[in-house]
Amino acid sequence: MLANGISSSFVPSNLEMLRFAPELILSVAGTLLMVLDPFFGEGKKSPKIFGHISIVAFLLAIFGAVEANTVAGPAFSNLLIVDGFATYFRVLVLVIGVFAVLSSYLYLDREAADTCEYHALLLFSVAGQCLMVSSNDLIMIFIGLEISSIASYVLAGYLRNDRRNNESALKYFLLGSFATGFLLYGVSIVYGVTGTTKLDEIRTFLAAPGVPTGYVALAAALMIVGLGFKVSGAPFQVWAPDVYQGAPAPVSAFMATAPKAAAFAIFLRIFVTDFDKIGSSWEPLIWISALLSMTIGNFAALTQTNIKRMLAYSSIAHAGYLLVALAARSEIGTAAAMFYLAAYALMNIGAFAVVIHICGKGEKNVLISDLAGLGQKQPLTAGLLTVFVLSLIGVPLTGGFFGKFYIFRSALESHLVWLAILGLLNSAVAAYYYLRLLVVMYMHEPGEATESLEPLSPGLGLALALPAVGTFVLGVAPGAVLALATAGAALTK
Amino acid sequence: MQNLWLIPALPFIGFLINGILGRKLSKAVVSAIAVLSVVLSFGLVVSVGLSSGWGEHPIHQHYFTWIRSGGVDIGWDFMVDKLTMIMLMVVTGIGSLIHIYATGYMAHEEGYYRFFAYLNLFMFFMLNLVLGANYLLLFVGWEGVGLCSYLLIGFYFVKKSATTAGNKAFIVNRIGDFGFSLAMFLIFITFGSLDFGKVLSAAPGKPVEVLTAIALLMLLGATGKSAQIPLYVWLPDAMEGPTPVSALIHAATMVTAGVYMCSRSAAIFLKAPIAMETVAIVGLATAVFAATIGLTQYDIKKVFAYSTVSQLGYMFLGVGVGAFSAGIWHLMTHAFFKALLFMGAGSVIHACGGEQDMRKMGGLKKYTPWTCGVLACASLAIAGVPGTSGFFSKDAILTAAYGHAPWMFWVGVVTAGMTAFYVWRAFWMTFWGEYRGGDAGHSHDHGHAHTHGHDDHAHAHNHSHDHDHDHGHSHSHDDHGHDHHGTPHESPWSMLAPLVVLAFLSLAGGFLFNVPKFLESMFPLHEEVPNEEMLMGVSIFAGLIGIALSYFMYVANKELPGKIRKALGGIYTLVYNKYFVDEFYDATVVRPIIEGSTEVLWHGLDQGVIDGAVNGAGTGSRSIGGVLKHLQSGNIRSYATWVVVGAVILLITVGMNGGLIR
Repeated sequence: MLANGISSSFVPSNLEMLRFAPELILSVAGTLLMVLDPFFGEGKKSPKIFGHISIVAFLLAIFGAVEANTVAGPAFSNLLIVDGFATYFRVLVLVIGVFAVLSSYLYLDREAADTCEYHALLLFSVAGQCLMVSSNDLIMIFIGLEISSIASYVLAGYLRNDRRNNESALKYFLLGSFATGFLLYGVSIVYGVTGTTKLDEIRTFLAAPGVPTGYVALAAALMIVGLGFKVSGAPFQVWAPDVYQGAPAPVSAFMATAPKAAAFAIFLRIFVTDFDKIGSSWEPLIWISALLSMTIGNFAALTQTNIKRMLAYSSIAHAGYLLVALAARSEIGTAAAMFYLAAYALMNIGAFAVVIHICGKGEKNVLISDLAGLGQKQPLTAGLLTVFVLSLIGVPLTGGFFGKFYIFRSALESHLVWLAILGLLNSAVAAYYYLRLLVVMYMHEPGEATESLEPLSPGLGLALALPAVGTFVLGVAPGAVLALATAGAALTK
Repeated sequence: MQNLWLIPALPFIGFLINGILGRKLSKAVVSAIAVLSVVLSFGLVVSVGLSSGWGEHPIHQHYFTWIRSGGVDIGWDFMVDKLTMIMLMVVTGIGSLIHIYATGYMAHEEGYYRFFAYLNLFMFFMLNLVLGANYLLLFVGWEGVGLCSYLLIGFYFVKKSATTAGNKAFIVNRIGDFGFSLAMFLIFITFGSLDFGKVLSAAPGKPVEVLTAIALLMLLGATGKSAQIPLYVWLPDAMEGPTPVSALIHAATMVTAGVYMCSRSAAIFLKAPIAMETVAIVGLATAVFAATIGLTQYDIKKVFAYSTVSQLGYMFLGVGVGAFSAGIWHLMTHAFFKALLFMGAGSVIHACGGEQDMRKMGGLKKYTPWTCGVLACASLAIAGVPGTSGFFSKDAILTAAYGHAPWMFWVGVVTAGMTAFYVWRAFWMTFWGEYRGGDAGHSHDHGHAHTHGHDDHAHAHNHSHDHDHDHGHSHSHDDHGHDHHGTPHESPWSMLAPLVVLAFLSLAGGFLFNVPKFLESMFPLHEEVPNEEMLMGVSIFAGLIGIALSYFMYVANKELPGKIRKALGGIYTLVYNKYFVDEFYDATVVRPIIEGSTEVLWHGLDQGVIDGAVNGAGTGSRSIGGVLKHLQSGNIRSYATWVVVGAVILLITVGMNGGLIR
């Protein structure tokens, strides 16, 4: 046994296994679901038991992630690292996983879809994301990314007989693979220059004086292409509206949040630590990408009529705000991005949950006009959506406001004055299209979609109420989460 | 030790009760909760005032730390000093009166509980705005009141114009808020804090350029919230909301938030002369500009709305020339007489069964003597007749303006003359002459379906009418006057009593509350100006001329206005149409953005270049092969091309940035 509890032999120590607990729990649970399928799957069209099991698995994994943090440190020959940063993101994606399951019960039941595979894929996808955010090695990052992505590709096309699903999955898969190619190309160049794929070793290598950094800058640019695609930052955002619109609504909710959070996590981990030294060469790229994302996202969202597509453009704009935090290249910026991702995840899950609620079988009601009169018919649902919309606009006392506040503050402290101004201007424009949701909901007479609406199901109710509470907590008492983000942001440089 | 947090908390509790349970409560209970929560809050303010010597001994209370991270330390702190005290008295005092008035005014409206819930929520945010001891709390209130204003303007949402007006208010205010948030960030970067105490005491030592930038950005915020040029356009449209809302939010309280913010930040403004000059000019320009529009309008609420814009301009003029206390004084007296004007107008509209066009009024003094009397008091005050409240505050501003630059005084005096004219024009047209509206209740009900946009009360209320017309939807029309078919009628006492109180304050508020003296310790009195009596005489004269001229034109010689209209021709059309500013904004800002987004980003980028939109992929084929075939036809390839183009751009940028050379 060496220091840090790392085993010197090939067999990992117990401590290392504990640090790996969340991924372990999720993988075991996912496999268990597959095994259990024949026992529960027969007879009923879409049993809920698999959902229950995966919620338990996610909760256990959250517990595991928190426990792992008490023995923070590296694992498996330094391929993984458990630190505050990793734990923050692990818990975030796991919580998203819980909400994804909660918001899927009704949907799968309505579509009479097979539930076992669905939940198993969700578990695997989140396991991949947990792996990504706690990787200390570019290859491990790639493996995590692929585990997460392949599961999401399948999820996007989950309803095999729905043509929109098929289209969405194929686009996501082909373009995603294409973009990952760029990422891998970047990784290989880094390996060529530094002779290693371990993040800490790359850091040591680059820190030495007189090291040629030109090719590393090239690698950084290539990795920005790959990661920019995953976070749907412009100009690599083109896929997002189509994919979010075409995928099953709960999957869109999931794709817009968990993989994005994980991709941002590795974006931050690689760029603000390893590539910090060559920051001046990639900062302008992020600057441009941030501005393009905010502008394209917000302005294109102005004219959308489909809620899912509008939320997709909105998520592009939010990726832009997050890229502003990345461009700040500071610990405060990292903390701001981490905080914003939590707020962003809550408000998007909530907004998508409302879409799931109103869309009906075969997702026939997904237009903004289908929300007409929701305020009259179901005041509670409408009230909850209002909370998310206000947070998306960035009204004070919601998480969205504080998130933006921190991000733009970090930008100004890093002297990105123009980016901050343009960002704030963008968020002023954005109010317009979010407001339309409120107008339609409260100020239009109920239409066909809301007249025939069923009451809120318990699962969706939770998937709405909990994020709403979270959104308020992040807005009124952000201290606790912010402290975690700030502590996590103190990455070793 | 008074708990300041209770002051906003009471209306908030009212909001929660009415908002959650209101649907099940009777109207009496709803109104009791709503009114009591505000009246109690007023009582608390008074007791805080008594125990602190009306702000003589400032109170600062820290409740909890809101954010502490990386150099940010922002607490939920409330404070009361003399300036806050005045604002608190105005907000809760006038707020109480308007809540009482609203119980009568809204008595027959559907969504009664919803209305009072919003109104209480507004009070909560407004009190937060004035009590907050740092810029972030002020901003919370600032955004919150904007939101409530949006909800209340759009209250009669069955009218499309009301919804549009609400949206407009919200969007225009977002532009202002953009300025305010930038100012806030700049303050934070410069001072490392957002606390009023720390920021304002450190302000004199900071570079002038930075302070000027902060002050100008704050001004941008203020032009949004307080309806100044160039962002005033939302306020006249906001009159689509119920009249108590116009009185409370769009006359007495929220719209004065900008004046409050500038006065609160006096230490910053005083060190930024360019910003001060800008404030003065924006204020003065708005005052004149809005007054000219007020001369030509026929909708009684629109006249008062432009008047509000104009009077807010006066307040900014006061702030801009350094007479902060005069600006605050006018803020207070304006709250008295303008709330009264709006509520009186509401009473008139109520009496005429929902009619707002003054051409269809006239002779109402016979039917509504009390309303006529109180409106006369308000009109005297706004015209600046000596002894009334408006006289004192307006004179204080104008004198200070003379001390700063005489031409500003003269422009201000001309505006004062116009103000007296248009307010009294409205007065004569409403109360003198013969009643021109015909059968009030009846004509209203019929005219109604066609005159949306002018009518305040087109609202959800369909069952109690036995003459339901085919309006296209079940919610149709007004209920005011439904029990009085025929002649106009006086309003109930729940509406008149608050008016009488305000009438007294409009007349006596000036010498009862000498604000500049009260605020002397915060804002030193303005230096003496030569010939002060002469200046006072001139401004009194201007007001009297305005009144006399309006009498001459609208009572004595009624053909004259028509002749003048004809003689002025194009100029009249220009002013009557509000200088076509809305159309100008629409053509230069709104349409380009919407059409640009539609054409370039949606039709162009989304559908044209990259052929987006999920179209169910493939024509008539369900097989994967069919999907692939469709995708092969260019869709996916064009997406991939975009990724490649993006990558190339990035690589070129890195190269140009010296990335590859090093």
